Amino acid sequence: MALGNLSSSPSSNTSELHVLAVDDSLVDRKVIERLLRISACKVTTVESGTRALQYLGLDGDKGSSGLKDLKVNLIVTDYSMPGLTGYELLKKIKESSAFREIPVVIMSSENIQPRIEQCMTEGAEDFLLKPVKLADVKRLKELIMRGGEAEEEKTSNLSPKRILQNVFFLFFIVFFIITNIVIFIMLFPLRKDETRI
Amino acid sequence: MQRQVALIKQSLFDQGYLDEQFMELEELQDDANPNFVEEVATLYFKDSARLINNIDQALERGSFDFNRLDSYMHQFKGSSTSIGASKVKTECTMFREYCRAGNAEGCLRTFKQLKKEHATLRKKLEQYFQASKR
Repeated sequence: MALGNLSSSPSSNTSELHVLAVDDSLVDRKVIERLLRISACKVTTVESGTRALQYLGLDGDKGSSGLKDLKVNLIVTDYSMPGLTGYELLKKIKESSAFREIPVVIMSSENIQPRIEQCMTEGAEDFLLKPVKLADVKRLKELIMRGGEAEEEKTSNLSPKRILQNVFFLFFIVFFIITNIVIFIMLFPLRKDETRI
Repeated sequence: MQRQVALIKQSLFDQGYLDEQFMELEELQDDANPNFVEEVATLYFKDSARLINNIDQALERGSFDFNRLDSYMHQFKGSSTSIGASKVKTECTMFREYCRAGNAEGCLRTFKQLKKEHATLRKKLEQYFQASKR
């Protein structure tokens, strides 16, 4: 069994991607893991599509909430695997409402155009030819990070930090108004019996 | 020792045992991971020994299940490509072609050659890693 390295830190460090790498080849798992670690990614490796689904909690087992302790930001999978192929894994991920937003990259040693098109049509982020190089991984990481930043911009208005900021701002305004009213009253008292000459 | 290491490595490349993928792997080594390539090589030889054994058994049985043989060879070719084992990779490709053509004789012949290349590579890489450590 090779569930790989489950990262122990649960804090979501937004500058580090957590990548789930799926490959039935022991050698390829070791290489892709190294490539991703060098590119400052957290990596979890599994040896099959089925294990990947189990890890995410998509294996249909109602009891399992998934084994992951960290959100997965990217899935990199080999195409030709026994059991569930990379393409079938891609489909299952895109069919799930919880995980369809996670970018999925397919790797293959065979440059078969119809296969590439099939994967891209199904929603794969990219298709890498093996052997995967460091340059491929770096380029991929930049692509994903840029996509992630755009996503954060969109949701930033609803972030707790933003809400807190708005509340403080509101308090400040109210305080400002009250202070001004008090000053106004002190300068211009509103007593009926006073006569101004 | 450095010179011997360089010589062994050069001959591996010159004779076509290794290709640039091996160099790509060496680039991934650093002070924190100085033995990365050796670790990959160890995994490769463990994995390929298993595949060779499976293929040997399948061939010994006499009944040529070309689909199964092709599947084993696909795995073998994949890991050989990942480590940069050029000659082994070439033999894998040839074997797969014979599988597709249903040519049992060709498969047997190629497999014999493949095992030879594989054994030579293993020995040379062992020498290389040993020399690198001194």
